[in-house]
Amino acid sequence: MDLSYTPEEEEFRAGLRKWLAGVLPTLPPKPDPLDWPGRRVYDTGWQRRLYDAGYARVHWGASATLRLIFLEETERAGAPYVGANFVGLLHAGPTIAAEGTEEQRARWLEPVLRGDEVWCQGFSEPDAGSDLAALRTRAVRDGDTYVVSGAKIWTSHAEVADWCELLVRTDPDAPKHRGITWLAMPMDAPGITVRPLRTLAGSDEFAQLFLDEVRIPVGHRVGAENDGWRVTMVTLSYERGTAFVGEVVACRRVLVEIARAAHKNGTWDDPVIRHQLGALNAEFTALWRLIQWNVSESERSGGPPGVGGSVFKLRYSHARQELYDAAAAVLGPDALDLGREWTADRLSSLSYTIAAGTSQIQQNIVAERILGLPKGR
Amino acid sequence: MDFQLTDEQRALKTGVREMLARRFDATALRAAVDGGGLDRGLWRALGDAGFFALRLSEEAGGVGLGLPEAVLLFEEAGRALLPGPLIATQLAAGLVEGAAEGATVVTAPDGGLVEWLAEADVVRGDATGAEPIRSADPLTPLHRLPGGGAGGSPERALLTAAEQLGSAGRSTELAVQYAREREQFGQPIGAFQAVKHLCAQMLVRTEVARAAVHAAAVTGDPVEIAGAKLLADEAAVRCARDCLQVYGGMGFTWEAEVHLHLKRAWLRRERWPTPARGRELQAAALEEAM
Repeated sequence: MDLSYTPEEEEFRAGLRKWLAGVLPTLPPKPDPLDWPGRRVYDTGWQRRLYDAGYARVHWGASATLRLIFLEETERAGAPYVGANFVGLLHAGPTIAAEGTEEQRARWLEPVLRGDEVWCQGFSEPDAGSDLAALRTRAVRDGDTYVVSGAKIWTSHAEVADWCELLVRTDPDAPKHRGITWLAMPMDAPGITVRPLRTLAGSDEFAQLFLDEVRIPVGHRVGAENDGWRVTMVTLSYERGTAFVGEVVACRRVLVEIARAAHKNGTWDDPVIRHQLGALNAEFTALWRLIQWNVSESERSGGPPGVGGSVFKLRYSHARQELYDAAAAVLGPDALDLGREWTADRLSSLSYTIAAGTSQIQQNIVAERILGLPKGR
Repeated sequence: MDFQLTDEQRALKTGVREMLARRFDATALRAAVDGGGLDRGLWRALGDAGFFALRLSEEAGGVGLGLPEAVLLFEEAGRALLPGPLIATQLAAGLVEGAAEGATVVTAPDGGLVEWLAEADVVRGDATGAEPIRSADPLTPLHRLPGGGAGGSPERALLTAAEQLGSAGRSTELAVQYAREREQFGQPIGAFQAVKHLCAQMLVRTEVARAAVHAAAVTGDPVEIAGAKLLADEAAVRCARDCLQVYGGMGFTWEAEVHLHLKRAWLRRERWPTPARGRELQAAALEEAM
């Protein structure tokens, strides 16, 4: 049990801090959250700066500990989050790095690292959510091309993406997990219609994709035909690994801000509110320690993050919602003011127990894969 | 950073678990529940195994290990439902004659209660006016102190949290084992999501508490320790409650082990800092950070 960092890790942290202090004041102003093209420019511009400074590879090449330090320090310094680069850096990129051919890695990885290309995710479908393997978007082989038709949903950054990591059904007769294939779809291909979806927070965070005989070259397939489910599981394990590190750091900062607001408006004197905030302090400290535990475990095993990520996600998604509920208790009537940052954050926190595997699915994963309880519903 | 158990720490944990399985098996547990009093032979054996001298320096005849190792030891004690004023005696090693060797039983008031007062050889702290009560925990005789009792020490709180953590892990293990074996409607009850999700949440609570308790053992920070106890108290009590639920009717019996974990977890929750006190300490830490 060692929580101290090596001299090399401390050196990395110090160098990063210094670089951040220099570069952050040179960033352009943040774009309007509803301005998608503007957000793309801003997010990819940040990625390019990371690339030029040698930090772009931290999400894949570096050790999990360096990644942890990177995410911790960038959040502390108030640097931009991955934003539009999320799928490229944390989903499609790691999948291509692990499962792609040499040619595919050469074609797709560098542009993601440089911030030249943006990816989106075409996994979920209207009738394939928690039961993702039930997806029905069909790909029919026509010579060296797959002809793809179907519908995808909850696709973030679809309007501004260059590529889509797409799951399609290539064998409708095989058992559902064994007939799926992973394809890289160019978003400018004919036959793609993007329809934005408005979230309960009032923003167009994601979109529906309609695919009508979209032609995708066979060379854009990552992994073998019908092996897409296994390829996808590699991607999902990355998402449940260190993806929330920066957010936990941010939550701890927000909690202090909430306490400050409570002091200011007198709600701190209410023991119910004070205890709620105190309990959240213990909670987020423990979640930070759990991240360190999981990172150390994945360093030891050398592989992608393990199922410990599901334990973390279950607890964190719930804690995040409690944090903004506590903020609302402190704000009182002001919690209904959409002009308040915490009001908007409270609304978006509602997606956390649903996105990337609902809490119910996560509990199934924990029960079946960690505890070894029998499958069945 | 390598926030995992070292090979030595793993070996220590396994060694203690095996020793307790030998010296305090199911029969011994039953005997203790049926009012056997404090087993001096067992106490001595714990002393011989270095249980109480663990953190005493080697020059002073101890094992010379630190708080993280002590935490692993008390996790195992909590898991095995080992009775006796274990923490007070270990903290007295080197200060009270015979404590390190397991020749002297030492108790101390904590949170308005004194455990094992009549059986202890030495009381550290003020137990004036302590009155015996009929203890809800069949494994721990109790005296009630007038008033709420004074504060406590972070070390004691951390070791209590470690016991809670061990108990939470055991309750989870028991529930999962039972859910795999017990069949209703023609299948193991663990195949039903309602039961599955109870078990999953038990594991989540235990693992979050583990990260908190182990980190607090490494940093020794009083605020982090208070937070760890808060989470470990919750994990132990809630896991025992959920285990009881998974056990169904069997969970409500005297015979099943489940109630012993719940009652002991309730008792440890009353030790300093109680959850209410812990939340205040965490809130005070937030004020510091403002």
